[in-house]
Amino acid sequence: MTPLKPLAGLDPQHLLNKKSTYCNPHSFVDVDRLSLHYGEKSAFRDVTLSINKGCITALVGPSGCGKTSFLTCLNRLTDLTAGCHVSGRIMIGTIDVLAHGTNVIQLRRRIGMIFQKPNPFPLSIRRNLEFPLREHGMRDRAQLGTAIETSLRDVGLWDEVKDRLDSPALALSGGQQQRLCIARSLALSPEMLLMDEPCSALDPLSSGVVEDLIISLRGRYTILIVTHNLAQARRISDYAALFWVQNGAGQLVEAGPATQIFEEPRDPLTIAYVNGMRG
Amino acid sequence: MIKTVSRLQNPREWLAFIFVWGTAGFVTATFCWLLGDILWHGLSHISWTFLTAPPENAGRRGGIGPILVSTALILGVCLAVSLPIGIGTAVLLAEFTSNQNLFGRMTRRSLDVLAGVPSIVFGLFGNVFFCKTLGLGFSILSGGLTLACMVLPILIRSTEEGFRAVPASYRLSAAALGLSHTTTLVHLLLPAAIPGLLVGLVLGVGRAIAETAALIFTSGYVDRMPESLLDSGRALSIHIFDLSMNVSGGDANAYASALVLVVLLLLINGTASWLATYGLHRKIVTV
Repeated sequence: MTPLKPLAGLDPQHLLNKKSTYCNPHSFVDVDRLSLHYGEKSAFRDVTLSINKGCITALVGPSGCGKTSFLTCLNRLTDLTAGCHVSGRIMIGTIDVLAHGTNVIQLRRRIGMIFQKPNPFPLSIRRNLEFPLREHGMRDRAQLGTAIETSLRDVGLWDEVKDRLDSPALALSGGQQQRLCIARSLALSPEMLLMDEPCSALDPLSSGVVEDLIISLRGRYTILIVTHNLAQARRISDYAALFWVQNGAGQLVEAGPATQIFEEPRDPLTIAYVNGMRG
Repeated sequence: MIKTVSRLQNPREWLAFIFVWGTAGFVTATFCWLLGDILWHGLSHISWTFLTAPPENAGRRGGIGPILVSTALILGVCLAVSLPIGIGTAVLLAEFTSNQNLFGRMTRRSLDVLAGVPSIVFGLFGNVFFCKTLGLGFSILSGGLTLACMVLPILIRSTEEGFRAVPASYRLSAAALGLSHTTTLVHLLLPAAIPGLLVGLVLGVGRAIAETAALIFTSGYVDRMPESLLDSGRALSIHIFDLSMNVSGGDANAYASALVLVVLLLLINGTASWLATYGLHRKIVTV
């Protein structure tokens, strides 16, 4: 794995032009008729969707239509919520995610997740990265040091924090904390990243930096990102899917290449949504 | 522009002012009076000999050496038993049972009731169960175990609160990184819950070290230096009680012993808050 160039050296326009260069039209995740209920309440129903390897797929739609719940099905974080029932089928590579025998620890190691609010552990910057690595079996000091540096370079944070790795992670700015969380996921060498509105809790400048970072990860990781920011979805995604509440539950309205969803949508709801008339 | 009106122009504000400051002043003054009285009468009797020598003439003369040792042993037994059980139960209640869970609800309710049970009841229970049924007799072990029963409800509930105060996002992000429940518990939740644990410990130890009723029936009156945990030993609070109620002419030493007890309590409180800030809490670094 070669470390990416630091972010400072990347020209966002250059990145945008490279859109879809790495993106591979092979499906990596296959979701078939997935439904999720919290007790009696249905969060979303009968979602069938394919997510292509190495691409950025954006999930868009109004609040409460089940986008985040959909995300948490893919790494079985739904297991932590009492009364949450998932049905349907999810295949990620060769793993049957919802099957009983699936090793959830291994699954979550392969699929990183970034939350809306940056949530580094209340440990030092170094321990934030080292702790999960150690738990997954990396004990060698030199190896740990390299992994920490590589992942921090990947998110463009190395030059900002290399002299204060032992200071508290919570002392970093919001944008830096979010990049640290991304680095923490990347350190485990995942194949896929689930991002739940990773920029929405950040100021516009930090948001821009994180957005550039996400673009720079295209090709190396399959990224599924939930966003409320249509302009952002348009800027970064290769594929997009629109969720909408219909008959009391979230449903997938339309999915396809980003150019199709944003330039020539077919469904009337999508047309209204991307043109800013609904949602 | 808003005109600044002195709050005290209104008679009702005056009443509230007098009430609030008056009650606060009353509480503080009571504590100062107690402390001043103990210091005034007790300080002149404190010496190294007093702290180490055995009591003579039923405690009228001599020191409190064996009594300090007994007190420390009783407290040691109490902590050695209550800490592991307390943390274990708190983890079970906070991390493995939901609020709706019947078992969890029953356990919490029982603990809340137990926390309010008068200490004399614990004393009689300890006498019947530890001294007689288990055959431990009047001993430091019986006393320590009885105190553990008394301290546990407070310790468990406040440790549980400590766990619940840890933000849910720690658990979610730990799970999303593929960390096991045990790892998350030991390395993340436990250090973050330590302030709650310490609060429970201070409240519990404070109650235990000052306890008289529960110990009279379990650890006994004997003021000799204990030779084992199965020996009877007199705790500091019982010594004070005995000197002031049963021994005429024991007031001076009762005051001095009370002063030692108050200083011990303050030391324990101070150590706990120091630990919360610098010691055990160091693994978790917040801003």
